[in-house]
Amino acid sequence: MHELSIAGAIVATVERHAGGSAVTSVRVRVGRLRQVVPDSLAFCFGIVARESVCEGARLEIEVVPAVLRCAGCGHEWEIQEPPFRCPECAGGDVAAVRGEELEVESIEVGEEQPCTAPA
Amino acid sequence: MHRTRVRIVEGALDANDTIAKANRADFDRAGVAVVNLMSAPGAGKTTLLERALPGLAGVRVGVLEGDVAGSFDADRLSRLHLTVTQLNTDQGFGGECHLDANMVRSALPEVPLDEIDLLVIENVGNLVCPAEFRVGEDARAMVCSVTEGEDKPLKYPLMFRACELVIVNKIDLMPHLDFDLDRLLANLEAVHPGVPHILASARTGEGVDAVRDWLVGVASRAPVGA
Repeated sequence: MHELSIAGAIVATVERHAGGSAVTSVRVRVGRLRQVVPDSLAFCFGIVARESVCEGARLEIEVVPAVLRCAGCGHEWEIQEPPFRCPECAGGDVAAVRGEELEVESIEVGEEQPCTAPA
Repeated sequence: MHRTRVRIVEGALDANDTIAKANRADFDRAGVAVVNLMSAPGAGKTTLLERALPGLAGVRVGVLEGDVAGSFDADRLSRLHLTVTQLNTDQGFGGECHLDANMVRSALPEVPLDEIDLLVIENVGNLVCPAEFRVGEDARAMVCSVTEGEDKPLKYPLMFRACELVIVNKIDLMPHLDFDLDRLLANLEAVHPGVPHILASARTGEGVDAVRDWLVGVASRAPVGA
């Protein structure tokens, strides 16, 4: 359900960079720990984008795998599901190295070209 | 149509986090520590605050009450002679299901920061969105009631990992439920190893002293106000 809030934040971020140009696609990177459902995010984006520079834009979502690092032994591993505990030393002091991303990577803006007669 | 790709690489929540920092600077200047209290709807946040806040010795408390609509919770807390500010989220895009930094900022002129030491922000009941949006708090805590079942930490790891204290509420109801406390605590430990918890009942008062002690501890984190 937070996809709606996140879609709103994405559109607001894009608006600050688009300079009023129509945006044709938006590429975002979403870490797995964000618990974002890509289909749901794309659906919400389509709604929030209405009457903004993002109206009709395609949302390309790159899902970033979650990689944790153990503060105790330094082990790094990709986590698929809990527990959030080091598989090597069983330490619980772990932090995400990757997987918490929620960023707008790039946008594609379209500029209307003057209509020219075909050669 | 000619198309140009523009590289941005900006966190979608950076704008929120910038405002959260501004809130935090205001809180620090006033010497106020801030708790962001989160839970699912109906977990008992307001009842717990009603029970815990009047007994906070030596700490002047304010509450910022976030709700989609209405002032039911703020009215309840106002009866206890606490400083309560209502913040409804139903302007703008429907009724937001969470508080963000900007909503809190818009309410700050109504909050008498100079008259309090601790501000408890009671977030909108929701186990998902509030975990995404920092509001300038010193500490985040959540209330998880036994009627919600044992599996919630596994279903909402973002929320359970975001907070530094989990208050397990309504434990007086356990004799009437098929609720396995050990399983809840094991799930909590799997998602957020080492996170402290308090077993509490806002109804009977059990565990409320421990909640007060934690709040007093957070209040002491504020820088000495000007």
